[in-house]
Amino acid sequence: MKRIDLHLLGPLVALVGLFILGALLNPAFLAPANLSNVLARSAFIGLIAVGMTFVITQGGLDLSVGSMAAFLAGITIMAMNALAPFTGENWGTILIGMGVAMAGGVLAGFVNGALITRARIEAFIVTLGTMGIFRSLVTWLADGGTLSLDSGLRTLYRPVYFSGIGWITWPIIVFAIVAILGEWTMRHTRFGRHVEAIGSNDRVARYSAVDVERVRLMTYVLLGALVGLATILYVPRLGSASGSTGVLWELEAIAAVIIGGTALKGGRGRVWGTVVGVLILSLIDNILNLADLVSPYLNGAIQGVIIVLAVVLQREKRSAE
Amino acid sequence: MERRNLLKLPLAAAALTLAGGVALAQEAEKKVIGVSIPSATHGFMGGLNWHAQDTIARLGKVYPNIEFVLSTAGDAAKQVSDIEDMLATRNIDGLVVLPFESEPLTDPVKQVKAAGKFVTVVDRGLSEEGIEDLYVAGDNTAFGRVAGEYFRDNLPAGAKIVVLRGIPTTLDNERVEAFQAALQGSDKEILDMQHGNWNRDDAFKVMQDYLAKYPEIDAVWAADDDMAVGVLEAIAQAGREDQMVVVGGAGMKDIVKRIMDKDPQLPVNVTYPPALISSAIEMTALRFMSNAPMAGRYIIGSQLITPENAEQFYYPDSPF
Repeated sequence: MKRIDLHLLGPLVALVGLFILGALLNPAFLAPANLSNVLARSAFIGLIAVGMTFVITQGGLDLSVGSMAAFLAGITIMAMNALAPFTGENWGTILIGMGVAMAGGVLAGFVNGALITRARIEAFIVTLGTMGIFRSLVTWLADGGTLSLDSGLRTLYRPVYFSGIGWITWPIIVFAIVAILGEWTMRHTRFGRHVEAIGSNDRVARYSAVDVERVRLMTYVLLGALVGLATILYVPRLGSASGSTGVLWELEAIAAVIIGGTALKGGRGRVWGTVVGVLILSLIDNILNLADLVSPYLNGAIQGVIIVLAVVLQREKRSAE
Repeated sequence: MERRNLLKLPLAAAALTLAGGVALAQEAEKKVIGVSIPSATHGFMGGLNWHAQDTIARLGKVYPNIEFVLSTAGDAAKQVSDIEDMLATRNIDGLVVLPFESEPLTDPVKQVKAAGKFVTVVDRGLSEEGIEDLYVAGDNTAFGRVAGEYFRDNLPAGAKIVVLRGIPTTLDNERVEAFQAALQGSDKEILDMQHGNWNRDDAFKVMQDYLAKYPEIDAVWAADDDMAVGVLEAIAQAGREDQMVVVGGAGMKDIVKRIMDKDPQLPVNVTYPPALISSAIEMTALRFMSNAPMAGRYIIGSQLITPENAEQFYYPDSPF
């Protein structure tokens, strides 16, 4: 029991360590404004990573989420710009835009899930394909440039990213709620147990009368919906989308999930671990920018080392169990 | 095999037309120019793609005898394949290429030259000298120097500057070194330089961290207008708009518009026109359609855009 505790606490210890390191290196690190920045930035990857935790836990994978976010941001902006002359620059238009993002996310997730579960194509292949498709579509929609939200709507929409309750901005609040709901769903609902059961052995799950394909499909739809939600929070930040939006988000999300202790081969999901993983990745970035520790050329290397190290530590502990 | 034959049909038709108009044979000879550029992965490249397509459409009308073959590549390997295909199947007479990366493209372009074709290299030089007939490029050294000189001459003494760098490349190094050289020995201080990768989101994050780290910043060299957009947003979030000026680069239309409107936050900009691809395509076309000598190096200077001259750099139709 004691060992398992240690193992569970691994990522948390790393997070606390990073906090202390950050505070020692630069006093500005602990300023509310900086922490608010870091948490709000984490929200996009965080929401996606919570969804990704379910997909990976059932033994799947989704490489298309970064491109999907860019595509959804693109169509959301285009929809709002197209509607503004008729519905006016008001919250109604923005709510429709949000609806487009959510509906688009659910639909995109459904397409991924249906191709994987109904057409029985490997998740890696399907989502590699849709990754390219979404990325090309947004570049094409933007005519190779950038899609920008009309400035009137943008002014109205902007507070969704930048305001909130004090320095706890809306993205942080949404991320916290989704994380708590995600953890609860994984631990305390039938859906969560089915996801874990399928990931550890899908045959046994099938013999136990679990509708394997349906649960799998639902994880992709859930992930798509969370990408939609991330898009809703992303668009007000810069009010634009282009072919370079959301590049490599999928790998950051997957890395966060793995750092958090979810097994890449499935069967064991830990949503709170994923949240810790997302925060670790954001903090590394922030601390490297604040501290001038190494040449900026090496930032990627430091992140790589920490990702591998986090997973190695967990492996050792698992074999000790 | 069938496809080959199909491809030959238009050629045969062209040959017949040629035979018909003997007197005009020289002029009527069809020339094929291949244009190979990186795909639109960020704002500047998007602008460049737009200008390439725009120029090809326009020149297609002016010179009916020139056929253009445009291909865009997401990475160096794809670009090498594109160029090999152009040489093997489209029988190009001239090639306009903006190398994705210098090293991997050097040999394939050399093969095109060895096959006796006219080669125009745009913006990024090949790693071996003397391959291309014509070299058209922006001036990266001047790009950094012009911005540096503006800061040197216009900021108050003791001013503190932060820099956002692009994707780590030789091009970025040239710009930054020239920028530093221009400020050398002045009383202005560069506080920090981090990579924003010519990306709005990355620049936003880096600028947020600069603002958290430094209580006093007087000027930001964003070095690219996509990055400038992210920087401006981060500054607005911190409510420090009136404390610092931002100088971007490459002349994005929204930024140029704000300079025209005398925005105090954006005093100037430095050009690095994506339309340089148009110069390259036009000159290559002229090589085949006129007697004007088209060889050597054509460097497009980087100019300072100020509220006074901004209008001539404003292209409302371009996506960039």
